[in-house]
Amino acid sequence: MQLTLGPVLYHWPAEQLIDFYARIADEAPVDRVVIGEAVCSKRRPFYEVHLPSIAERLARGGKEVVYASLALITLRHERRAERELARSGLSLEINDLTLLGLIGPQASFSVGPLVNTYNEGTLAFLAGQGAAHVCLPPELPLSSVEVLARAGEQHGVPIEVWAFGRVPLAISARCYHARLAGRTKDSCQFACADDPDGLSVDTLEGEPFLTVNGVQTLSERYTNLVCDLPMLRQAGVTSLRLSPHSGDMVAVARLFRDVADEAIDPDDGLAQLWAQAPERRFCNGFLFGDAGADWTH
Amino acid sequence: MTLDTLELVCPAGTPASLRTAVDAGAHTVYCGFSDETNARNFPGLNFSRDELAAGIAYAHDAGARVFVAVNTFPKAGGEAAWHRALADAEGMGADAVILADLGLLAHAADRHPGLRLHLSVQAAAANADTINFYADRFGVKRVVLPRVFSVEEIAAINREISVETEAFVFGGLCVMAEGRCLLSSYATGRSPNMNGVCSPASHVVYQDTGEVLRSRLGPYTIHVSRKGQAAPYPTLCKGCFAAGGATMHVFEDPASLDAARLIPRFAEAGVKALKIEGRQRSKAYVSAVVRCFRDAVDALAEGRPIPVAGLSRLTEGQTSTQGAYVKTWR
Repeated sequence: MQLTLGPVLYHWPAEQLIDFYARIADEAPVDRVVIGEAVCSKRRPFYEVHLPSIAERLARGGKEVVYASLALITLRHERRAERELARSGLSLEINDLTLLGLIGPQASFSVGPLVNTYNEGTLAFLAGQGAAHVCLPPELPLSSVEVLARAGEQHGVPIEVWAFGRVPLAISARCYHARLAGRTKDSCQFACADDPDGLSVDTLEGEPFLTVNGVQTLSERYTNLVCDLPMLRQAGVTSLRLSPHSGDMVAVARLFRDVADEAIDPDDGLAQLWAQAPERRFCNGFLFGDAGADWTH
Repeated sequence: MTLDTLELVCPAGTPASLRTAVDAGAHTVYCGFSDETNARNFPGLNFSRDELAAGIAYAHDAGARVFVAVNTFPKAGGEAAWHRALADAEGMGADAVILADLGLLAHAADRHPGLRLHLSVQAAAANADTINFYADRFGVKRVVLPRVFSVEEIAAINREISVETEAFVFGGLCVMAEGRCLLSSYATGRSPNMNGVCSPASHVVYQDTGEVLRSRLGPYTIHVSRKGQAAPYPTLCKGCFAAGGATMHVFEDPASLDAARLIPRFAEAGVKALKIEGRQRSKAYVSAVVRCFRDAVDALAEGRPIPVAGLSRLTEGQTSTQGAYVKTWR
């Protein structure tokens, strides 16, 4: 079972990103690391100059490095940047189908969880275009995951599922961090930088429900499929995605690694994940075809 | 100068509203089969095979066209139902199918080369590069624009593409990029992409505490209304929540889209067709809205001033917005 560390979805300062990835390079037992900006193009200038050295550091640590595309590409400068990325020769993870029209016909690429790979027909089309690794949309139930994992096997495409972290639920042209601060997206003043794991959106009864991250909306609960790992393996899944949050991601990666290697029991893995951050609430409902927020254990 | 008339693409949730829309002057109606293959899979809505065949005949006799939405994402292992929907739509003489899924587009281009393909808003094709990709690869002839653009941006897109564009002008408004939203699925397990539903009625509970009325979706309170106030339908993204010390409609006010005043600007921007949302709405609503908008597009084509009185009556008493068409919305 491979482990992929997804891109940091939140707006972390450059220094924090550099430190974070140095530690991932040295200590985290993950196979692939996706870096770069998937959420908001306005954040890129803060850290993009550091990406080559971050990539080099990760590669020296034995990680396969993949660059994320943006998930919603509308503005002229965003199209220009994505075109450059598509033609850079770097290993890419596409998070929007725009990239399919921009990359060369011979290129191989990964497909991120924000692309709608719901069925065998779509998977076959993407494989035909050069998809070499596919992370499925987080809302797919196990029955779909299983069909797609078998189809992926036939195409020689490893199939990954969203296994840890707040789930991306929506993306918008509107920035909610800016809206909450009484600003528009163009004059956001980077309100999102105050919230390293996003800003909690609670119901009027005080129940934490969603998380706002600029133009993105995520769940408040953290997906956690550590106990479902044996089932996923049996379904043919060959890769798990861990999404970075503040706190000890190296420890999270180690626990998933140990459970995947059957070095520790899934229940022990869960207990330790809970112990690390007792305030986190977990969910895995999508996998069982239930409300995504549900937790079955 | 007389412009080409903008094509009015109108909702038909039932055979009766199809006839109503056609009689009220719709150039085109759009509809779907009664199953998970379309994005308005609500109880009591949509068309059996026989009903659709009859509806298409009725529309064609009146000189109107029918587009069939097959715009959810086929279930893994269950694609046959979506493939059948395409074959049946073509067999019945549908004038176009509206699709979102890559695999389904590839299947349609391969197996139904004579069938006109439109790209659904659910595909969220949000720039000229991706629209050109769908046109080149699958022969898509028209794209329904996601509701993320300003009118200026639509004009710029039309300069870079060769296919037609269709823009939403009136009705319900998604604030998230369509086809990429799992909010409903997260709260209820029922999703627009897989099941063709959003914030489904089956999961709505109105809870009267004596002092307030809570509108709940699944276990989540989406609205609280004071006694005597109308309780809005708990659509997730229009809900009232607490965040960052504020209590507000975090994502969008419970408003619907009304871009009637922008009709001349849509025409100038090169938009080919205007779409009215609302397959779930009543016949009376469909009739009134279609009549007003038909008057408006006819007036524009004939160089007359657009009659606004009827249009503003449609939204009387409700909040409306021009959405992303105005850049400050972001």
